[in-house]
Amino acid sequence: MTGAERAGTVYMSEPEKELPVDELKHLVSERALTGETMVLNMGPQHPSTHGVLRLLLELDGEEVINCVPDIGFLHTGIEKNMESKTYMKALVMTDRMDYLNNLGNNLAYCLAVEKLVELDVPPRAQVARVILAELQRIASHLVWLGTHALDLAAMSLFLYCFREREIILDIFEMCSGARMMTTYIRPGGLWRDLPDGFEEAVRAFLKLMPGRIDDYEAMLDKNPLWLDRTQGIGVVSAEQALGWGLTGPALRGSGVALDFRKAQPYSGYELFDFDVPVGSRGDVYDRYKVRMEEMRQSLRIIEQALEALPAGPVRSNNRKFVPPPRSELGHSMEALIHHFKLWTEGFSAPKGAVYVAVESPRGELGCYLEGDGGPKPYRVHFRTPSFASMQVLPVMSKGHLVADLVAIIGSVDIVLGDADR
Amino acid sequence: MGVEGKLGQLGVVTTTLEKMVNWGRTRAMWPMLFGLACCAIEMMSAQASNYDMSRFGMELMRASPRQSDLMIVAGRVSRKMAPVLRRLYDQMPDPKWVVAMGDCCSCGGVFNNYAIVPGVDEVVPVDVYVAGCPPRPEALIHGVLSLHEKIQAEKIRDWS
Repeated sequence: MTGAERAGTVYMSEPEKELPVDELKHLVSERALTGETMVLNMGPQHPSTHGVLRLLLELDGEEVINCVPDIGFLHTGIEKNMESKTYMKALVMTDRMDYLNNLGNNLAYCLAVEKLVELDVPPRAQVARVILAELQRIASHLVWLGTHALDLAAMSLFLYCFREREIILDIFEMCSGARMMTTYIRPGGLWRDLPDGFEEAVRAFLKLMPGRIDDYEAMLDKNPLWLDRTQGIGVVSAEQALGWGLTGPALRGSGVALDFRKAQPYSGYELFDFDVPVGSRGDVYDRYKVRMEEMRQSLRIIEQALEALPAGPVRSNNRKFVPPPRSELGHSMEALIHHFKLWTEGFSAPKGAVYVAVESPRGELGCYLEGDGGPKPYRVHFRTPSFASMQVLPVMSKGHLVADLVAIIGSVDIVLGDADR
Repeated sequence: MGVEGKLGQLGVVTTTLEKMVNWGRTRAMWPMLFGLACCAIEMMSAQASNYDMSRFGMELMRASPRQSDLMIVAGRVSRKMAPVLRRLYDQMPDPKWVVAMGDCCSCGGVFNNYAIVPGVDEVVPVDVYVAGCPPRPEALIHGVLSLHEKIQAEKIRDWS
């Protein structure tokens, strides 16, 4: 059978229902109804929308009059799905939410679970979590820088950034066996101890990376095209940014020094010395500068954390919540019972709700967790930064050209898996 | 019978038209620049410096379905995305192939809920499934090479 014939016989999903024009009228201005401006669809399959974002654009020539984001093309039902899993098994879903910040999502969820059941985390695990979360931040910023530059036609940077990202992924693979979906941070600590050679690998990365960041910055800052296309584009003032709920580098680019690692320290961030870079103009260029500086600050944190990494266990000793080490299963009946109970039924969390916010590479990543006394969460909700930043796109893009819109989307650093989940 | 031997010095190769056409189709296959979720990041890695898919004639990703031969469905397909995906597939000119990259679009993966289509083969015909969550870039390259092998055995009439 040929490909074309096979295609004819397969099940077709439901045909798209055409929305009546009247239902869409409120999205566009009067001028669009008379045909003076053009209404154009951008996405969901578009190389510069960083995933499956769809924008409804109203254009006057090339100038954007209005832009209406349409999300949900990657809605995965993760929050609902987590309600049918035990607290420990629901963790794997968080990896797949914001797929550039897997360990950060693990961290947010684990902190919430630990807060709900009042579980302690050994100091070694705390510091290891910081190292991994900061490595993940650098990896995420590298993907952002590569794709953002690619959108603005600086192709070579994409290749360089992914080269460095592979080094970080190799470190993650060393720890957990997986490149992206690590599920390495678990409630009560880590899955297992950091492997041999971990510190050497991170130190080698620390030695290599500062020069590379300088190179990238020089490549872009000395490029007049880059400056023309980023400076003064997509300006959002500090008041507007706060009003629209922006967080992370997009907010700091507008000059508000809000960083949850400083404002509400978690996992021992208060022990490390680092700066919160801020911009002044709030344009695409400032947001780029903030992220570049953040990578340097992350390297500083990792360096301090490596020095401070204590010896000791990486998992809580509370057997009611954390499975016993594999080595005990052979000779301890009690350990076997705990292992069996935890992996079949799971642990029960008390009734109550907690909210924990962490600083993801994109901003405030909050996890709201509600327990009902049983082994499964009653409700899980994530306050994701991409979802909040998406709504500011119309504000930023008004009056700019379509080509600038690509720069603006890139500068907000949207991950659709994060927005739609 | 010995024609190649005699004509070898002239730089002539004899083959069947079918083999030559299939060879041509595999050596410059243009995938569609179309990522859905996590697997798209690994697809980008496969294109980037360390794995470099251009070794197999695939460095040119086209953003337009009208210019591409291969759809790599990279990531989970939601119910809202499925009709869009089908439309994109219909816009691709023949001959065209589909690689389902990752567990989610092969079988639903870890997601068993209302939002995710349990396997993209409910919407478009799939030639090669690549397992993994997400598959390593090597796995994607292996999947693409498997597709090349499959194409080598195709008949010209399949697409006429």
